[in-house]
Amino acid sequence: MKIPPSFDIDTLIDDPNTKIIVCCGSGGVGKTTTAAAVGVRAAERGRDVVVLTVDPARRLAQALGLSELDNTPRPVQGAEGELHAMMLDMKRTFDEIVEAHSDPERARQILANPFYQSLSSSLSGTQEYMAMEKLGQLHRSGAWDLIVVDTPPSRSALDFLDAPERMGRFLDGRLIKILMAPAKAGGRFGMKMVTAGFSMFTNAITKVLGGQLLKDMQTFVLALDTMFGGFRERADQTYKLLQAPGTAFLVVATPERDALREASYFVERLAEERMPLAGLVVNRVHRSDASRLSGVRSQAAAETLEARGTHALTAALLRLHAERMQITARETRLQESFTSSHPTVRVATVGAMAEDVHDLEGLRRVAGDLAGEPTEPAA
Amino acid sequence: MRLHVVTGKGGTGKTTVAASLALALAAGGRKILLIEVEGRQGIAQLFDCPPLPYEERKVAIAPDGGDVYALAVDPEEAMLEYLEMFYNLRRAGKALTKLGLVDFATTIAPGLRDVLLTGKASEAVRRKDKNGHLVYDAVVMDAPPTGRISRFLNVNAEVAGLAKMGPVHHHADTVMKVIRSPETAVHFVTLLEEMPVQETIDGVADLKEIGLPVGGLMINMVRPPILPEADLGSAVQDELDVDAIRMGVKAAGIEDDAAGIAQALAGEAADHARRTALQEREKVRLADTHVPQYELPLLNDGVDLAGLYEFAEELRKQGAA
Repeated sequence: MKIPPSFDIDTLIDDPNTKIIVCCGSGGVGKTTTAAAVGVRAAERGRDVVVLTVDPARRLAQALGLSELDNTPRPVQGAEGELHAMMLDMKRTFDEIVEAHSDPERARQILANPFYQSLSSSLSGTQEYMAMEKLGQLHRSGAWDLIVVDTPPSRSALDFLDAPERMGRFLDGRLIKILMAPAKAGGRFGMKMVTAGFSMFTNAITKVLGGQLLKDMQTFVLALDTMFGGFRERADQTYKLLQAPGTAFLVVATPERDALREASYFVERLAEERMPLAGLVVNRVHRSDASRLSGVRSQAAAETLEARGTHALTAALLRLHAERMQITARETRLQESFTSSHPTVRVATVGAMAEDVHDLEGLRRVAGDLAGEPTEPAA
Repeated sequence: MRLHVVTGKGGTGKTTVAASLALALAAGGRKILLIEVEGRQGIAQLFDCPPLPYEERKVAIAPDGGDVYALAVDPEEAMLEYLEMFYNLRRAGKALTKLGLVDFATTIAPGLRDVLLTGKASEAVRRKDKNGHLVYDAVVMDAPPTGRISRFLNVNAEVAGLAKMGPVHHHADTVMKVIRSPETAVHFVTLLEEMPVQETIDGVADLKEIGLPVGGLMINMVRPPILPEADLGSAVQDELDVDAIRMGVKAAGIEDDAAGIAQALAGEAADHARRTALQEREKVRLADTHVPQYELPLLNDGVDLAGLYEFAEELRKQGAA
């Protein structure tokens, strides 16, 4: 059996040099819960923590005291130590960037533009970009000793790394300048493209998008002109922050094929980007306190009792145990195959809970389990 | 039903259920197209075949005849196809690719991306052969997750609002007609857990609000209660008779540490009982949506090809296809 080196969350959060912890992974693996649990534990162990969440489930948000989306860190009631939490409002973060980088009149124009309104809330990558932006802001404010970030829900965990760059490239890029070209006739790009290609291009755009939509886009782009250069630069800065010492990535997964595959991609990508991986957290792992009783033997024992027609309850429990062992075996296989290809990645597991986590007590339990503290039997 | 849209929260088994539904619908000699829109090649992995190109390929045969074709929609290709189909602009499309418009449309602006994806699905639904017969009996789409579904399906209404006239407007209208049609159904895949159930309830409400047709709730990974009701009750209170279990364990021939094992078994029973109770609570919440429910069992070994056929059979038995 492949045994991975174990990941110790306490070493990570107790190290005063750890300034940022980023929780990433594919959708539905429990990133937000993990981020919140790490935050709760770090605060209890004396760090001054802010947890930045993106899209928490309603009851978890309530547990953190996040009843409204107001884009500012709020103290978490009932938590020990210094714990704040905030929920990202991506539209508002976008608006704030616009307001901070243009004069009031221009900002008003941009914010009122229908194209901006649709773009600022629906561009894919906006959420990722704004999460990065907010992370940068929180970090620069210097008000926090430790920032724990939960990444936006997305198809692929890699989106978190790629989307801001992609969006920065778009907002600062060639395409948007070309869209402006008709308005700024004879601009640099206009000159380069005064060929059949150029008219073909503008015709195509007009034809596809319709004149009025194009005009909205142009107005928007012109208004945003003052801010160009800024977007990409900001994305680059935050990217560097992620590479800096003091940042640690926690890759979160469940013991399922798809989630572990995504985790694999992410681990490889972090290595390529020289971003510091702290470890892999495998959530919702099934464990058994009677693992010395194998599934096969348990099943056989159940059959023996059933054939005799005695001890019906025990027989049912043995079947239940056999099933659990079967699940455990599958999960172990999947984790082993991850460890075979990434033998140096540190791993910690969190047990499957019978019920969802939606209060501080639950978060403490998750954190305790993550830290390897003994849990209540079979909880 | 001609178009089945399958959505679900991450981790609920959306792709698996979509594939099983396609198999179930194909039964009896029908021809079904299964569309993947998120570029994950999940369908190829499920059916154990090489990654799908942007091309409709046969991936499975239903037990009593019937074919499942699959297509992984590549938004970039779909965009070029779209430009060619509607405007005869494939060459311009290539130029646009260089300038980043295609990149923009397909990866950055999900609105535009969604237009292309829903457009492709509605084209497949309406496509006819030379003799005027529909090419596919039904189309199943492995759609984006629940959190994004209403926006995804309604994108064309939004586009029709932004581009008030012209070919884009017209195309958006056509797609919306297919999606709003009574022959379309949106299915939600969920687990009997709090978060997926909440997202499902919210998703159903969102769709109803914008007037899109809700099909069924596909409840995945259901664990049948193994214990009789009375025992579940005691288990949840941690009141099972551990001593009796210990004797049972011994009687079954497990002598070594019978007491320890009995204790662990009781713990596992409590866990199971709490889970069963949670399942029941969540079922009640789902019932309040008044949407038909279908249940798929948890397969302890995970879902392989055989599991897909098993699920397809279940869906047919329960009347989902």
